[in-house]
Amino acid sequence: MSKLYLARSPRVAARSLDGEMMIMSGRDSTLFTLNKTATILWQAADGATPLDEIVERKICPEFDVEPATALKDAETLAHELASREILQVSEEPIAPNSTPGASR
Amino acid sequence: MLTETAKTETEREVDRLSLVIEIGGTPVRVNTTDADFLGMLQDHYAGFVAESSPPEIEFEVETANAGFVSMDSDVHVTHQRGRWSLRRGDFQAEWEPASRTGSIRLSPKSHSFDSVLRIVHTLVLARQGGFLLHAASAIRNGKAFLFAGVSGAGKTTISSLAPPDADLLTDEISYVRKQHAGYVAFGTPFTGELDQAGENVSAPIAALYFLAKGDENRIDRIASAEAARALLANILFFAEDEELVQSTFHSAFEFVSRVPVMQLTFVPDARVWELIG
Repeated sequence: MSKLYLARSPRVAARSLDGEMMIMSGRDSTLFTLNKTATILWQAADGATPLDEIVERKICPEFDVEPATALKDAETLAHELASREILQVSEEPIAPNSTPGASR
Repeated sequence: MLTETAKTETEREVDRLSLVIEIGGTPVRVNTTDADFLGMLQDHYAGFVAESSPPEIEFEVETANAGFVSMDSDVHVTHQRGRWSLRRGDFQAEWEPASRTGSIRLSPKSHSFDSVLRIVHTLVLARQGGFLLHAASAIRNGKAFLFAGVSGAGKTTISSLAPPDADLLTDEISYVRKQHAGYVAFGTPFTGELDQAGENVSAPIAALYFLAKGDENRIDRIASAEAARALLANILFFAEDEELVQSTFHSAFEFVSRVPVMQLTFVPDARVWELIG
């Protein structure tokens, strides 16, 4: 199975406050508050680290969950965040400041 | 060739059809050939008409009834090649910040012009770390207090209960400007149900209260994240512009890091003001 890479969308504004990660869409001003798992994905989304490595290093130690199950859930969540233009998701590493067109 | 007297009369004519409206320290000059419309603005913005301030923005205003559909159409505010475009059923406006000039074509109604003015001020403030907020505000003992909330939360009620020693800045739309290490609230002519323009004065903001009607008067601190969420939900914002959305988002967080944000639960009588100031 191919690897997935995540990068933060340049089209949003983000702030962490009191342990809550809040993201606002630059396109339509929608405000999102990320849950713990989504926050981990957002913080680790550097465009270079594959999702399975993020799950293994950041998510599995945090939650009592099977790695395969965690990866499947993380993929679903990553695509959901991508559909809201919060993250970019690609099967190739994502260069910094790449355009939103690179996401899918 | 014009005689000296004729020139003076021409200049008087030009002066007569111009008006500078200064809100929040931003003078906006309106030039129009419609004397009735200008007279209406003169009345509507009395208290905010500046005698001699050089304008920061100058608009050529054309009034027209034909071609406008309704006041309730959606607002579209877009930015392209250095120009802002503002459109609604009852107005079309262009504004170029670099040249500080623009044009407005609108129905000759004060609320149509008022809407354009509100939008322009949100754009001006957003670049400077400020914003317009759905909130009543008042000055007491040299400090400004903001009272935010959705329609029905109590903005009009708290405004109408203000004691004589409080200067009401607005019962509907608060003008918040970042200044030095803090924030300052200015009076506005943007009215709500009270239909009473605010005092044209300003003061440093001491607190922002989110209103809730209850069976006792009390103040509770709001956690920063919740305060930021509530603040963002009450900031007036019209522009379909990513850069401005992002700067307004960060301005809200900056505000809650510097100004105490609390919930004010109150019984609708004058005693609530004993907790304020």
